[in-house]
Amino acid sequence: MNEELYQAHILQHAKHPHNKEELADATISVPAKNTSCGDAYTLQLNVQDGFIEKAAFTGIGCAISQAAASLLTDKLTGMSTHEAAQVSEEDVYTLLHVPISTTREKCALLLWRALHEALKEHHA
Amino acid sequence: MDTTAIRNDFMSLKDGLVYLDSAATSLTPEPVLEAMNEYYRNYRANVHRGLYAEAERATERYEEARKNIAAFIGATADEVIFTSSATAASNMLVYALEHTLELQEGDEIVTTVMEHHAMLLPLQELAKRNGLVVKYAQLTKDFALDLEDLRELITEKTRIVAVTGASNVTGRVACVPEDTLTTGARPVIVRDMTACVGHMPVNMSALDADFAFFSGHKMCGPTGTGVLYGKKEWLDKLRPGYFGGGMVDSVTLDEATYHVGVPGFEAGTANVGGVIGLGAAVSYLTRIGMDEIRAHVEGLTNYAFEKLGALEGVTLYAAPPEVNVGIVSLTLVGVHPHDVAEIAGQHNVAVRAGHHCALPLHNALGVVATTRASFYLYNTRDDIDALVEAVNDARRTFN
Ligand SMILES: Cc1ncc(COP(=O)(O)O)c(C=O)c1O
Repeated sequence: MNEELYQAHILQHAKHPHNKEELADATISVPAKNTSCGDAYTLQLNVQDGFIEKAAFTGIGCAISQAAASLLTDKLTGMSTHEAAQVSEEDVYTLLHVPISTTREKCALLLWRALHEALKEHHA
Repeated sequence: MDTTAIRNDFMSLKDGLVYLDSAATSLTPEPVLEAMNEYYRNYRANVHRGLYAEAERATERYEEARKNIAAFIGATADEVIFTSSATAASNMLVYALEHTLELQEGDEIVTTVMEHHAMLLPLQELAKRNGLVVKYAQLTKDFALDLEDLRELITEKTRIVAVTGASNVTGRVACVPEDTLTTGARPVIVRDMTACVGHMPVNMSALDADFAFFSGHKMCGPTGTGVLYGKKEWLDKLRPGYFGGGMVDSVTLDEATYHVGVPGFEAGTANVGGVIGLGAAVSYLTRIGMDEIRAHVEGLTNYAFEKLGALEGVTLYAAPPEVNVGIVSLTLVGVHPHDVAEIAGQHNVAVRAGHHCALPLHNALGVVATTRASFYLYNTRDDIDALVEAVNDARRTFN
C-alpha cells in the first residue's frame, strides 16, 4: 500500500462523493457525529423486504470521513441487511485502501458506526 | 533574546520538528528535565512527612517551587495551591465555592463565550445542581470580549464572574474592567489564566481576581501540574472540595477539622517531581525574561498575520498581535481543518485541528472547527514559513 493518505481515489471521493443526497423515501435515518472535529453526518437507508434498495448520506466532514461515506454507501446499496451487518471495520479500511492512523480511525469509521446503529434500529 | 540558544534547550526540536502547538502543550527544556531527574534520582521522598534528609530536601524544594511560582505571577506562597492541571483546579474551585457561597436558586453566574470547557462545564454543572442562571458575555469586533455586554449582565444577583485571561482559539486577551464590579455586593471573580501564564507577564495583585488557575504543561513545565491561585483572604474562608490525608488538623470517627489556607487544599500526595519541574520552568522563563518572550511571540504573531493573512482562501480567527498571546486559528476554503493539519503533519509541522475545547466560541465564530497554530519562545519565522508552505500544499492537494 502506498504510504500516502491523500491518494487520487480518496480525493476524488472527497471532492465528488457518491450517494450524497437526501433520500425522500428513507426508512431509516441515523445521525453520526464526531464532535471533536465538528463532523456531522446522517446515514439514510431505504430498506425493502430485508434489502437495502439505496444507501445515502448528508453532512460535512474531513476528506477521510467523506471518502469513507461515499465508498461505504456504494457498497451497501443492494446488500441484504444481514450482509450489511457483516460489514466490518476491516472492510472499511479495505475500501479506503490508504493507511489510516489511530487519530484518523474515528473519521474512517464514523459512518460505519452509524450503519450498525441503523441496523440495530431496523431489527428492533 | 537568543532563539538559537533557546532552541538548543529543547531536544524535541533536534530532528527538524516545526512545533506550532504550544497552546495544546509546550515542549520541555533540559533544565526542567534535569530538576525532575535529580529529584527522582537523588532525593525522592514524600513532602511534609518524613524526618530524614531526603524528605527534608524534597519538602524544601517543593516549597521553594511554590515561592518561585508565586513570585512569577505576582502572588505570595500562601496563595498558591498545587493541582494536577487547570481542569483539576477549576473543578476543585467550583466545588469549594459551592460549599462556601451559600448559593440560592436564581443566583447568577456571568461568564463569556470565549471560555475553554475547563471553566465552562464546571460552572454549567454547578448551575444545574443549584438552580443558578448562567449568562454569557458575547464578542465584539476583533474577537474581543464585549465589555459593555459584560457590564450589563452583572447584577446584584451575580455571585460568580468567570472571565478567561485569553482565548485559546483566537489568542485574544480579556479583562474584567474595575467599573464592572461596582454594583451591589462584589461577586467572586475567577480568571482562567491558562493561556497567559508563561506567555505574557502576569501579576495577580494587579489583576484583582479572587481566584485564578493555570496548567504547568503549557509553560515549559511537565504534564500533571497545575495551580489554583486564591487571594489570601479568600483561602482563609474557603471550604475545601476535596478531602484526604495531609490536609487535616484532627480526625475522629465522627468528624475532622482541616488546615486553614493552602495546606487545607492539598489533600493526598502531591506531584512532587512535577512541581519541582514547574519551579524550574519558572526559573527558566524568568532567566530569559517574560517581557522578551512576550515581544518575541508578538513579533511572530505579526509575521503570521502578514504571511498567512495573504494566502488565498485563508480566513484568520485571531486577535491583532498586540492583544494576542500568540495563537492564530484559521480555515482554508474547501479543505477541512483536519486535512489541513494532517498535511501540515506530513510537512513535519505540528498544529492542532478541531474546536480546541471551545465549542461555544466556535459557534460564535460561525465555524465548526479550525486549524490552530500557536507560537512560543522557541519558534522562529522559518516555522511560520513552513506552515505557509503546508497550507499552500493543502490547497493544491484539494484543488
Ligand atoms: C484557556 C485554557 N483553559 C484551560 C485549559 C485546560 O488545561 P488542562 O487541559 O491542562 O487542564 C486549556 C488547555 O487546553 C486552555 O487553553
